[in-house]
Order: sequence, then C-alpha cells, then structure tokens
Amino acid sequence: MGPVRTALDAMARRWAGMPRGARVALVVLLAAFFYVLPLVRPPVVTTQQIDFGGVMFGIAAFALVAVGLNIVIGYAGLLDLGYVGFYAVGAYTTGVLTSYQFHWSFFAALPVAIVVTMITGVLLGAPTLRVRGDYLAIVTLGFGEIIRLAVTNVEWVGAAAGIKDIPHPPNIGPDPEPPFGTGGLFTIPSLSWDGLVPSVDTGRETPFLVFGAVSAIPYYWLVLTVLILVLVADRLVKDSRVGRAWEATREDEDAAELMGVPTFRFKLLAFALGAAIGGLSGALYASSQGGYINPQSFPLLLSILFVAAVIVGGAGNRWGAVLGGALVAYLPERFREFSDFRLLVFGLALMILPVYRPQGLLPPRRTIRARAAQEEIDELEGRESAQKEVL
Amino acid sequence: MGERTKVLEVDDVTLRFGGLTALDSVSLHIDEGEILGMIGPNGAGKTTAFNVITGVYRPTSGQVRFLGDPLTGLKRHAITKRGIARTFQNIRLFGAMTALENVLVGTDVHHSAGVVSALFRTPRHRREEAEGHEAAMELLEFMGLASRADELASNLPYGDQRRLEIARAMATGPRLLCLDEPAAGFNPQEKAQLMDLIRRVRDRGFTVLLIEHDMRLVMGVTDRIVVLEFGKKIADGTPAEIRDDPAVIAAYLGVDEDAS
Repeated sequence: MGPVRTALDAMARRWAGMPRGARVALVVLLAAFFYVLPLVRPPVVTTQQIDFGGVMFGIAAFALVAVGLNIVIGYAGLLDLGYVGFYAVGAYTTGVLTSYQFHWSFFAALPVAIVVTMITGVLLGAPTLRVRGDYLAIVTLGFGEIIRLAVTNVEWVGAAAGIKDIPHPPNIGPDPEPPFGTGGLFTIPSLSWDGLVPSVDTGRETPFLVFGAVSAIPYYWLVLTVLILVLVADRLVKDSRVGRAWEATREDEDAAELMGVPTFRFKLLAFALGAAIGGLSGALYASSQGGYINPQSFPLLLSILFVAAVIVGGAGNRWGAVLGGALVAYLPERFREFSDFRLLVFGLALMILPVYRPQGLLPPRRTIRARAAQEEIDELEGRESAQKEVL
Repeated sequence: MGERTKVLEVDDVTLRFGGLTALDSVSLHIDEGEILGMIGPNGAGKTTAFNVITGVYRPTSGQVRFLGDPLTGLKRHAITKRGIARTFQNIRLFGAMTALENVLVGTDVHHSAGVVSALFRTPRHRREEAEGHEAAMELLEFMGLASRADELASNLPYGDQRRLEIARAMATGPRLLCLDEPAAGFNPQEKAQLMDLIRRVRDRGFTVLLIEHDMRLVMGVTDRIVVLEFGKKIADGTPAEIRDDPAVIAAYLGVDEDAS
C-alpha cells in the first residue's frame, strides 16, 4: 500500500502544480477517454461475465450518487445514512410520472423528480438538522427505511410489485425496428481483443443514439454527461461563499455561527442540494435499461455503500468521491468469477483501504497539506532530538 | 470632549444557571472608540458576561442594548451581522481551511451571493469575491500573516493562530470587537507585541472589549476597566483608579491576614 499511497499523493501534488491550461486539457482528454472506454473494451479492465457497458453505467451512476453525498458528508460534515431514500424518491417520482400513473416523457419528469427530491430533503432536514453528529446519522437512517416501507405499502406507487415499463430517454435518430433495424443515426462498433491485439467487433455495435435493449452504452453516455455537468456545478458552488460556509460549519459549528454564518440555513442547503443529486441519480436509474423498480431496489445496504464510496474515495474531494463510487460499483462486477465470494473480497477491500489510507484514496488538498506539514514537523523534531542525543 | 456614543449598554443583567448566579445585576457600558478591559479573578463571571454580550447566553433578567437596540431574540449569526464580533479563549479557527479562507468567512457576513450566483458567476458573486479577497488580504497584511495566507489554519504557530482569530473577527466589520484572553499562553515579549497590536486595532476605528487575566497587559492598553468578582461588578474606572481601588486589591491579592 505504501507505494500506491505515495504515487497517489505525488499525482495529487503534481496536479496542483500544473498550469490551468494543462489541467483543462487533461480533464478534456480524460473525459474523452471515459466516453470511449466501453467501446474500446481494454483487456484486464473489461468485465468478462457481464456486459461491460452495463457495468460502466453502474459505475457512472454510483459516482454521481457519491458526488451528491459528498456535498452532505464531505463539505458540510453531516453524516447521512439514509441517502438511498432520496435515490428512491427520485426513482419513484420518475416511475409514477412516466409510467404508473401518468405518461410523461422522461425529460419532462426529470426536473420534477429533482424538485420533489429537493423538497423531500428540506422536509427531512428542517426538523432533523437541529441535532448533530451521531443523532443525525440515526435519524437519517430511519428516513431511508421509512421511504422503503412507505413505497412497499402504498398502492398508488405500485406497492411491493414495483413499477415496470418506465420509458427510456428519447432516442436520437430513427427508432429501432426489430428484429434487424438497430435504429439511430449510425452505429459504432466495439473493439475486441485477442491478447493485446485489437480487432473491430462488428457483432457488438452501439446505435447512436438509441436507448434500447441492444446496448447499455447510450445510458452510460447520458449518465457520464450528467456527471460531468454536476462536477462543474459542484466546483462552482464549492469555490464560493456557500462552500466556505459549509466548510466552516463542518470545522466548528458554534464558531461559524458566531462569525456570522447562518449555519442552519447552510446545512439545509447542503441537504437539499445533496438530495437533488440523489434524486437525479434515482431518476436516471429508474429509466435505465431495465426500466423497472421495486422497493427491494432501495435497501439499507445501498445507503451504506454510498457512504462507503465517499469515505473510501476521500470525503471532501469531488474526485475522491468519483473514484470511490466507481470502485464500489466496479469491484464486485470485476470479480464475478469469485461468484459468492466476490462480496467477501469486496468487504475485505473496504476494510483494508481505511486502515492504510484513513483519509480516503484521494483526500482533499487540506489533508495532503496537513500531512506534509506534520511530516516536516516530525522531521525537524527528529533532528532536534537527535542533536540532543549527540550533546 | 462631548458625550460619546455608547456602543453597548448592559443594563442590570442577571444570569442564573439553575441555582448558580453567574451574573448578579451587572450594569456597564462601552463607549465608541475605547478599549474597555474586563478583569476579575478566575470564576468571576468574565466569560459569562462576554457570552451574554455576544448573544451566546440570554440574560435571566435585564437587558443588553447594542447601538441603542436590545439584542434579545436575535440569532447569534444575526448579532454578528449587526456588528459584534469575538475571538475565543481556546482558539477556535476553522482548522482545515487556509488562513485566507478563515478571514474570508468573516468578510462573507455582509455578502449575499448564493448558489445561483455562484453557479452563473454573476457580477454580484464576482464583486463580492473580489472585495472579500482584498479586505481579507489587507487584514492578513495588517496582522503580519500575509505570507501565510495559503497555509492551513491548523498548521500555523500558536501566536499566528491568535492573530488570525483577531483578523477573522475584524473581517466581519464589527462596531464592537470582543477579545477573550487574547494573550493566553503568550510570553512577556509576545504580550507586549499584542498590546501594541490591540492599540493599532483601536486606531483603525474599532471599539474593543478586552477580557484579560494579565493585570499589566490590561493596565497598559485599556482606557477604562470594569472589575468583576463573584458575578458582581466591584469597580469601574480608569486604570489608575482601578490600581488604587481597595476592593480590587482585596479581590486580587486577598486580604493579607498576616499583616494585621
């Protein structure tokens, strides 16, 4: 773990030292890389036993959730153990509006789902954000369960059977005509690999842009695009009075209040924005390839995995959240050959990581700098005591 | 010299915690532009009085008026916005934020740009960020901390942390700046520098309430002193008057029984 840790830190430090233009170029390249990744299907990385496009969709969706939860946990320091509740509210709002009760289109339902989830966040936050720390964790834990039990028992939202036939996002270009017409403006072939030799695989084509059963990749592209937009928004908000107020509240709530920060209002804002992103992810999930949700889609375990993603990645750093979310979604799929043991391996990985990397894989710059300073101090003290010994 | 504006008036304030009377009908006032010292032995109620003034505690009876208006019913952050800022006896900086960011939080008191402004980088957001940044850097300069602006507050040496707290409080643009034992943990030389700093803060037009343990520091820097003992005000006057006040001498040195 030592070398990994050093390498990650070195990467983070080099990143901080790069000129702005280079950083923008690198981010654009990185984004392009991720757009084509499921088409390139590089060996080793690609999952063999399960559709790689679908796995990439899961990764992007999990990363999006982690970025949203990072606002709540990482920035504002509020431990939310019921985040799956917001995810469920977003998914169910979409399901009800587009399929179960009404027949709206996906893009009409999406903003409503976001707003409804945001309001849910405010309704949950307004009474509960007055309690702190552990108590907030317990209250939010209850919230996640309440939502799940509520949708299990309310007929109007499908009860235990759930909601099926949730429409996909609209296609670009002609619709597919089964059995042979793939639809879309054109199709993009994937690569397949024989060892390290790539070849074009015409049997595995992605129609651009059809959200259907043929390929999961268009769903992935949609979520990836949303993720990028959310990351930009996250950066703009964090780097402002709002972000400072969140951090001050997290660091010392009383001191922040006495420095004129209306801490309650800002905590509520973090909760509402986090909820909105959770709802957005839920809506995307509901209209994904399966088009089916039921109460079992939103177990407590999912909340815990969301929190694990943020913590493993590095709470307070948006790139850490992305990486954490990606890992939590990817590892169990990559190691499917371990079949039932894969969750054991995954659990072990989650246990080992915090031991060797307590601040997460990509900690925010503050912890990197704090540690650098501490090492410097240790070194100086070491030198001093060594001198004393000599004397 | 004419009558000066009273920045703060504490009017017959009593504060009880259960059976304990922490403040017993205390009245005092602070004039604009002065440095008022508040002293007293340990447990005299200095910090309690301080907390009543800054709105942390609500008085059981009596009234605190700031610039003529009562503070009752105002939230703590609203009191800061009105113009009372403070530092803490045990330093309470935002450790994981840089020195500059700490001061920026102070300047943000008078800013109003929210999420939408930040998302679209509106002119208001830009103007507020630029103003805040300039004001914060100027304050760090004044405190001699400009070269440390980008360091994390928790990494600063102790003395710098104390000064950063004062800078953060000043950044809120207070009409009354309350310093709670700012010299705690300082050596004599650092204390002398701090006295000089507090005078310069006053010269910038700030009104200062100084709670302090160290008699020499208080005598050297304040215009007027209020002495508390067991929650009661026992003296109020210039440093020279306080020095010769028998009640104060008794409170501080105890009545010398051997001499009698």
